[in-house]
Amino acid sequence: MTPGNKPDIRLDYQIILQLVATRSRVLDLGCGDGELLYHLIHQKQCQGTGIEIDEKAIYSCIERGVTVLHSDIITGLKDFSDKRFDYVILNESLQQVLNPQAAILAALRVGKNVIVGIPNFCHMSARFQIFFRGRVPVTAELPYEWYNTPNLRFSSLKDFRSFCRNNAITIVKERDLGRHQEEHLLPNLFAHIGIFLLRQ
Amino acid sequence: MATKQLGIVTTQYFQCAEPPDELVLKSGERLGPITIAYETYGPLNPEKTNAILICHALTGDAHAAGFHENDSKPGWWDTMIGPGKPFDTDRYFIICANVIGSCKGSTGPSSVNPKTGKPYSLNFPVITIQDMVNAQKLLIDHLGISKLLCVTGGSMGGMQSLTWAVMYPQMIHSVIAIATNYRHNALQIAFHEVGRQAIMSDPDWQNGDYYGKSIPARGLAVSRMIGHITYMSEKSMEEKFGRKLFSKERVGYDFSVDFEVSKYLRYRGDSFVQRFDANSYLYITKALDYFDLTEERNLDAVFKNIQSKFLVISFTSDWLYPPHQSMKIVRALKINDVDVSYIEINSSYGHDAFLMENAGQAHVIEHFLARMLLERKNTAMP
Repeated sequence: MTPGNKPDIRLDYQIILQLVATRSRVLDLGCGDGELLYHLIHQKQCQGTGIEIDEKAIYSCIERGVTVLHSDIITGLKDFSDKRFDYVILNESLQQVLNPQAAILAALRVGKNVIVGIPNFCHMSARFQIFFRGRVPVTAELPYEWYNTPNLRFSSLKDFRSFCRNNAITIVKERDLGRHQEEHLLPNLFAHIGIFLLRQ
Repeated sequence: MATKQLGIVTTQYFQCAEPPDELVLKSGERLGPITIAYETYGPLNPEKTNAILICHALTGDAHAAGFHENDSKPGWWDTMIGPGKPFDTDRYFIICANVIGSCKGSTGPSSVNPKTGKPYSLNFPVITIQDMVNAQKLLIDHLGISKLLCVTGGSMGGMQSLTWAVMYPQMIHSVIAIATNYRHNALQIAFHEVGRQAIMSDPDWQNGDYYGKSIPARGLAVSRMIGHITYMSEKSMEEKFGRKLFSKERVGYDFSVDFEVSKYLRYRGDSFVQRFDANSYLYITKALDYFDLTEERNLDAVFKNIQSKFLVISFTSDWLYPPHQSMKIVRALKINDVDVSYIEINSSYGHDAFLMENAGQAHVIEHFLARMLLERKNTAMP
């Protein structure tokens, strides 16, 4: 069975599992409880390391047998040598980084490939809330109010593509996801999440 | 819940380094014969792949877990070692040996020098962390173990663990280094210097030649008091003592004991004198102060040949061996492509946190070891 068919795995994880080549060396930045790394290690025979700032999440990682470093992303990236990893993953973590540009460039330094998963802040439902209600959007993917959100940086899929263009970063693949399936039509309007495979 | 207990344990003694095959120390001097006091818990499997060496801290001993006959207090890491505990004696063969230079059964300054028939006192050679490790290696060889599943310890035990991985990379499958440093820094040396001065300025110290006479109890107690302060944190002291007065309603405006914290430190100092030798304190603190894995080299270069996987643990409130020092170890391991996990555990107990019951520490050690055992089983098979 291919990983993509596993119904118990989150859709974004399924897509990332498809993007990563078997037996790669992977660094997951903001790896959370280590679930994605666990799947990469066991389904794709990857050698994985995570970086995570939350102490509680570290316990889950180690319980899963996942190697993890307790650190913020920028500090954690610092000491790895150039192109040390086949893939560096920034899934659902970039929007919580103070300087996403520095994080992506640092990730591209240590990784031959970088996979970025970002929420689309210009999804239709968010646009709807801004346009008709005049409110900062609160959606299932972005459930926070403006005053308690951990998200520091907001971009749409289009914004991200133009960021890559301006920084001479190649988007090798882009996969756009709705809640239950991939979105191929007008993703900047209909996709909740964009997953990008990047190279320098 | 009824849990199995380790029960009664006994200390064993291993004689080694008989002349002319003395242990050659880092200083160039030779030490022998050597007695090493050690305890083991749990069964060694037939393949000898489940052995874990636990290294104790400055004033620790071989008695890490279980109870000695007629003793009401268990070993110093009993919360961590035993059936169903993180160092699970149903799965692992646990070894803990007293370091040379100590006074807890292994050869040290209070041992009788066979050449003179009297205690070594200051004729005991100055030892280093590397020498402690080399003495332990004689024991591990004697036990017929060619590769340890894990070597671990907190504080000085962590330094021994790092030293093992650097000196004998092929013998160490994994390391758990807790609340430790790769070299003693100025602050750490400074506290030890004050402790040693307290002992050496006690008139009863007599240049170390006090055995069979009055011991330098005041000096040793004061050095323990200083040490004990560095093992706590501002927060834990504030919570435990605050400005509470000791058995009085108001301060006395004299130099009697006013505060709980004063009483506590005096108690700690006085009880320490009953169980530890002043010269051993001098020798072991000196070994710690000499500890510098880098020896003018770059730490990255020192770790070049490491073959072990690592778990590094620090505690937020540990100001004696603070987290940033552990992170330097982690950094150098990362640069060398070593499989290393790192956690900074939130605790208010200061440096002593690793000795306390700590669910976080127990959790990460239990699961890290489980992975190591699985790997070792898979790789040990032909």
